[in-house]
Amino acid sequence: MSPRPEEELVRRQRERARLMAWLLGAFVILLFLITIAKIGLNK
Amino acid sequence: MTPSIAQTSLPADWRDLLALTKPGVVRLVVFTGLCGLLAAPVTLPPALGFTAILCIALGAGAAGALNQWYEADLDAKMRRTANRPLPARRMQPQTALHFGVGLAGFSVILMDLATNHLAAILLAISILFYVLIYTVWLKRRTAQNIVIGGAAGAFPPLIGWVAATGHVELLPVLLFAIIFLWTPPHFWALSLFVRSDYAAANVPMLPVVAGIEHTRLQIFLYSLALAVSAVAPYALGLTGLVYGLSAAVLSAIFVAMSAIVLANKAQAPGGMKPERRLFAFSILYLFALFALLVVDRWIAA
Repeated sequence: MSPRPEEELVRRQRERARLMAWLLGAFVILLFLITIAKIGLNK
Repeated sequence: MTPSIAQTSLPADWRDLLALTKPGVVRLVVFTGLCGLLAAPVTLPPALGFTAILCIALGAGAAGALNQWYEADLDAKMRRTANRPLPARRMQPQTALHFGVGLAGFSVILMDLATNHLAAILLAISILFYVLIYTVWLKRRTAQNIVIGGAAGAFPPLIGWVAATGHVELLPVLLFAIIFLWTPPHFWALSLFVRSDYAAANVPMLPVVAGIEHTRLQIFLYSLALAVSAVAPYALGLTGLVYGLSAAVLSAIFVAMSAIVLANKAQAPGGMKPERRLFAFSILYLFALFALLVVDRWIAA
């Protein structure tokens, strides 16, 4: 039996929220590394 | 409630958003972009080099998503593409549009932030070229669509080079020319043995419009131009003997396989073994050529 639409909705929202959290975290780290690299270039 | 309404009213599955970016194309683009970056005489700090390649990948993914947004009607008519997220109605068209535009803007801004203005401008031009000039304007109008589309795919090594150096030079322009001239024989070989699909979607592919024999002639002529452009970096003194020799050997094989395609008289896909072999080899050719270019530049450095 397929899950009810509301359950599927919640499941997908949770999955997407978790993925967005990881991507945002990775983006913050990337910006930090870019900043460090840029400071190194201008020395 | 019918299943299709239930499905499209749900938020899109992230796997479908990923499929929207055409991961196979992105992989090739990442490779050629990376080779352009590594062949450049300037070495970027790893974080900036990584970001440049990431931006090329995101830009290509955005272009792929916008292409699928615009071509959902075409994709629904072809077996190869009917199960993509939009024609299969697993996603709202609006979601694909917003995802594509957002990703395109993000990739260009991040490229500008991490590298330089010219690289960001070239990335923006390549996305707009693929989406507006190829997808919207020319793909459904001319049998030369593949030639135009090839130009969009030829940008990554140029962008990678410019991300590292900040300016355009002759060698990355030659890399652009190599992919530009490689795309038509590569894709037309494929379109010969999957021809019926394009005919069903009314896309003016060369074999449909101009015939199989003419397509084979075009493949052969392009392979000659490709061979010249592939050897040109060595002939002009921009690379060493490692690249020069391997480009000559690889291109000779490419031309020979194209000549076999030209000599093939088969009309049905069953008799198109030379075309299948050329298509398979063309992928190996591009990978080997670009990898050997990087090796050659590293030996020289």
